[in-house]
Amino acid sequence: MNEKTMLDDQHYENMIAEESVCNAENLVYEKPSKVLYDTPMHYCPGCGHGVVHRLLAEVIEELGITSDIIGVAPVGCSVLAYNYLNIDMSEAAHGRASAVATGIKRVLPEKYVFSYQGDGDLAAIGTGETIHTCNRGENILILFINNGIYGMTGGQMAPTTLPNMKSTTSPFGRDVETMGSPLKITELVAQLPGTYYVTRQSVHKPVNVRKTKKAILKAFEYQKLKKGTCFIEVVSNCPSNWKMNPVESNKWLDENMLPFYPLGDIKVPDKNLQTDD
Amino acid sequence: MKELKLMKGNEALAEAAIRAGCDAYFGYPITPQSEVLEYLSREANSRTGMTVLQAESEIASINMVYGAAGTGKRVMTSSSSPGMSLMQEGISYIACAELPCLLVNVNRGGPGLGTIQPGQSDYFQSVKGGGHGDYKLIVLAPSTVQEMSDFVGLSFDLAFKYRNPVLILTDGALGQMMEKVELQPQKTRHFEDLGWTTTGRKNGNGRVITSLHLKADEMEILNNHLQAKYREIEKNEIRFEATDCDDADYIITAFGLVARICQKAAEMARAKGIKVGVFRPISLFPFPYAQLKEYAGKVKGILDVEMNAGQMVEDVRLSVEGAVPVYFHGRMGGVVPSPEEVLEKLEEKFAGGVK
Ligand code: SF4
Repeated sequence: MNEKTMLDDQHYENMIAEESVCNAENLVYEKPSKVLYDTPMHYCPGCGHGVVHRLLAEVIEELGITSDIIGVAPVGCSVLAYNYLNIDMSEAAHGRASAVATGIKRVLPEKYVFSYQGDGDLAAIGTGETIHTCNRGENILILFINNGIYGMTGGQMAPTTLPNMKSTTSPFGRDVETMGSPLKITELVAQLPGTYYVTRQSVHKPVNVRKTKKAILKAFEYQKLKKGTCFIEVVSNCPSNWKMNPVESNKWLDENMLPFYPLGDIKVPDKNLQTDD
Repeated sequence: MKELKLMKGNEALAEAAIRAGCDAYFGYPITPQSEVLEYLSREANSRTGMTVLQAESEIASINMVYGAAGTGKRVMTSSSSPGMSLMQEGISYIACAELPCLLVNVNRGGPGLGTIQPGQSDYFQSVKGGGHGDYKLIVLAPSTVQEMSDFVGLSFDLAFKYRNPVLILTDGALGQMMEKVELQPQKTRHFEDLGWTTTGRKNGNGRVITSLHLKADEMEILNNHLQAKYREIEKNEIRFEATDCDDADYIITAFGLVARICQKAAEMARAKGIKVGVFRPISLFPFPYAQLKEYAGKVKGILDVEMNAGQMVEDVRLSVEGAVPVYFHGRMGGVVPSPEEVLEKLEEKFAGGVK
């Protein structure tokens, strides 16, 4: 994590002491209370999932589409996403979230539909569904959380595990000779004519959190225009299975994940349809 | 006025789906059922606005069905044996999440890639579970092209009545053969928000379609609920046909197309003075145990005939409970038994009594 953005204890106490920070006019953040349930999340401390959930909730609330959206949860750490997002949701079998989302979207073409999937779900067992959903240009958002590891099952090698990265099933590090190279599925789907907007973001720094939110917002705007599949990869962390504390994991992400998975837009739509930049 | 048409079984079924007001079909080509997907691709959308999508695999098809069925729309898929095997995981999820939908298996001979010729070797898979966990499909077995058509609307009605997937188990011969069929009138597609459907949040509370309940006691409650529903289905939805069974000395049990072959054999037997009836379970789940048992008490023996190594015969034996001998005759690998062969078996098995 960027040192400047870290709050040390003294700074925090000073802030509390300054009463002004608690005044309504100084409000800088409010929980999207209509879409996020008031319940503790089961995610490990420092995990990116919670941040992405919050961003989704904020965008849904800001766009006022709470009653017009259906989400699909994967199998993985975020299998219980519907316990936090107060919208209609469907839980999918492992790897099949984009097929389930296709089914929903095809019978409810006027509703917003998204799938939320991890790397094992989307890029290993669900590769076929991912590619064909994107190739058909289904009008949905695929939100892909890539932390390079199987979180829920306890830290096994994922299709996106970095070369030489250790996991419980690559205990000596991923050997690309025998285990293959990490799959850059986001670059892959960007090749397909069905995808309209493909981008890779992260949530490990405040500036990246803001960019990810903007990407989600854009994706839903494009969905409204029926432009095709929008695909957002969020490079994320897994402090628990990386066996690091949250700060270390974000630093590791910065130094190791991002050189391999560079952030930024991979496929951008028509310039005149862009909402910013 | 009656609308009569000469149609292939698969096409009659597809036509019936359009007329039943089906909202969406997701499928993948496989012989001998591809006509369903082809017919719907040609006819459905322009006539009723029905969605027809060729998926990249049977795995994708069944999961598209899961997603769409969760919205409360009338959705279906069809396949044949190897494709049905691929769908079993999804079917288990659908049964657990209690989603109404129609599944069609145009059975071909297996195991493995097997043959494209007809078979009934998916009886166990269809009736006893197929996928993981304790669940049941309502399973209907047509024996004519007319029933291929009629069972479609019935299946949708049952699926929604019980919030349960319904499977039409038919075979490659019925799928491919042409017969005269009286078509059902066209129903308009209509949609009702049934409360549990994921169509966008209502009244401030997100609805969830899931088959995941991590706590053991909650999962047991769900299982108890499913089992209670299956008992209710057993009470209300038994369907069978008993032909010439009342005065029979011997009964042949068979389902689907084979029951028709056996009826021919029974007629030939009667011409020879042997009193034979045919008992045809139409609902394979729920199986007509009690109804068959009643007849079994009055006859000297039963011959069960199937296009497999002996699957339904286990349920026949459970019904009969040893009251009379139950023999089995089966052909496998896509071979269809002839009426002569069935008659011969009948005479052979019951030689003492028949002569
Ligand atoms: S195991 Fe990893 S991905 Fe899963 S919640 Fe914990 S930190 Fe997040």
